[in-house]
Amino acid sequence: MRRFAPALLLLLAVVARADGGYVRIPAGEYKSVIRYEDGNGKRQVPAFAMMKRPVTNGEFLAFVRRHPEWRRDRVPSIFAERGHYLAHWSAPLQPGATALPQQAVTEVSWFAATAFCEAQNARLPTWAEWEYTSAADATRRDARADPQWREAILGWYARPANAPMSPVGKSPANVYGVQDLHGLIWEWTQDYAAMLVSGDNRTQSDPDLAKFCGAGALSMDDRENYAVLMRVAMLSSLEAVNSTSSLGFRCARDLP
Amino acid sequence: MKRACLFSLLLIPVLAFAAAPLPPDSILQSSGQYTRQDGRNFHLADRRGSVQVVGMFYSSCPYMCPLLIDTGLGVDHALAPGELARLQVMLVSIDPARDTPAALAALAKKRHLDGSRWTLARTDEDSVRKLAALLGVRYRRLANGDFNHTSRLLLLDAEGRIVAQTEKMGAAPDPAFLAAVHKALAQPGR
Repeated sequence: MRRFAPALLLLLAVVARADGGYVRIPAGEYKSVIRYEDGNGKRQVPAFAMMKRPVTNGEFLAFVRRHPEWRRDRVPSIFAERGHYLAHWSAPLQPGATALPQQAVTEVSWFAATAFCEAQNARLPTWAEWEYTSAADATRRDARADPQWREAILGWYARPANAPMSPVGKSPANVYGVQDLHGLIWEWTQDYAAMLVSGDNRTQSDPDLAKFCGAGALSMDDRENYAVLMRVAMLSSLEAVNSTSSLGFRCARDLP
Repeated sequence: MKRACLFSLLLIPVLAFAAAPLPPDSILQSSGQYTRQDGRNFHLADRRGSVQVVGMFYSSCPYMCPLLIDTGLGVDHALAPGELARLQVMLVSIDPARDTPAALAALAKKRHLDGSRWTLARTDEDSVRKLAALLGVRYRRLANGDFNHTSRLLLLDAEGRIVAQTEKMGAAPDPAFLAAVHKALAQPGR
């Protein structure tokens, strides 16, 4: 038995690492920047677990090795755009100098991000989960009314987009222990497509113009919260097959 | 023994058919187990081989989904009998919690949908989300259990590739969509 103890410890360590470092986010109520016709603005978020940091190139490479159907040269075109998906990697199994192992993976489609999370018995976070968690700073669960919080996040947008991306895990952890929700990348959410869907039967005459008006309007109460409003606008403009050089993801899990 | 041989001979064309991978742009690659209104389970890949009109709906939907069915029936009515026999229609529910096979069967009966050509289907929530993403359908569950959703019908060729789509709903079919249906049905089947 004693002989097995070190092996067991090693196994536990491997499992912990493969787990990607999830932290528990307690249940709570918050006010979204999206105001829906069917709610009073307050949204309940049940307790869940979220990855502490965004998924890195190193982690995504390990996933692609285990699931070669997600290699950029093999992925079906309905699930990721050829020529965009992981296009900044040197080769299908070689991220290379432009995609360092500790940098957040980007240029991944919603389908690929979803598959990565499913492979670890997880899922993408919902927008509500993401927004709720991202409202925190190092000491408060909702720091959004603080002008300094807003300034700090907006500072990110002032930085040139072509500057090399910092590795993940360099920003201060928020009160839940989660890092890099702001300042590094945009992130896919499970329901990115559902954020601003308009009401039944209202848009058929002019789908392109009216698709996102009506039901889910951006709340003008929060018009100064540009950072989060920009995320909503950006995510709403995407299709699941798309990828961009600043869009990555992290996974979440229901709690048992 | 003879019967087993005969059986394996019968299997050969089936296996050959199944062996050819779906094209990279085929919607039918989406995984997940689906269930029809008659309770039969299937995967999207099983629907390979027929031209089909597909859409997403939910059976307790007050306005748009009846119109979605009207639109599908409108396409049916505009086809010649020979064409009709070769066109499949599949509507997948965005409300798997309430749309049990029994609920789907009740709707199919109410709307007199031909079960040999019309499939009303349900699947798990993850597969609904993926199919909606592939078809470009956006939906959100409301507090009262109804949904906001965009409505569109898509035409898939026999390999499951999107060849046309329309957001014009109503019993009088979108002429461009109908033209695409005629054209797809005129292609030699495999």
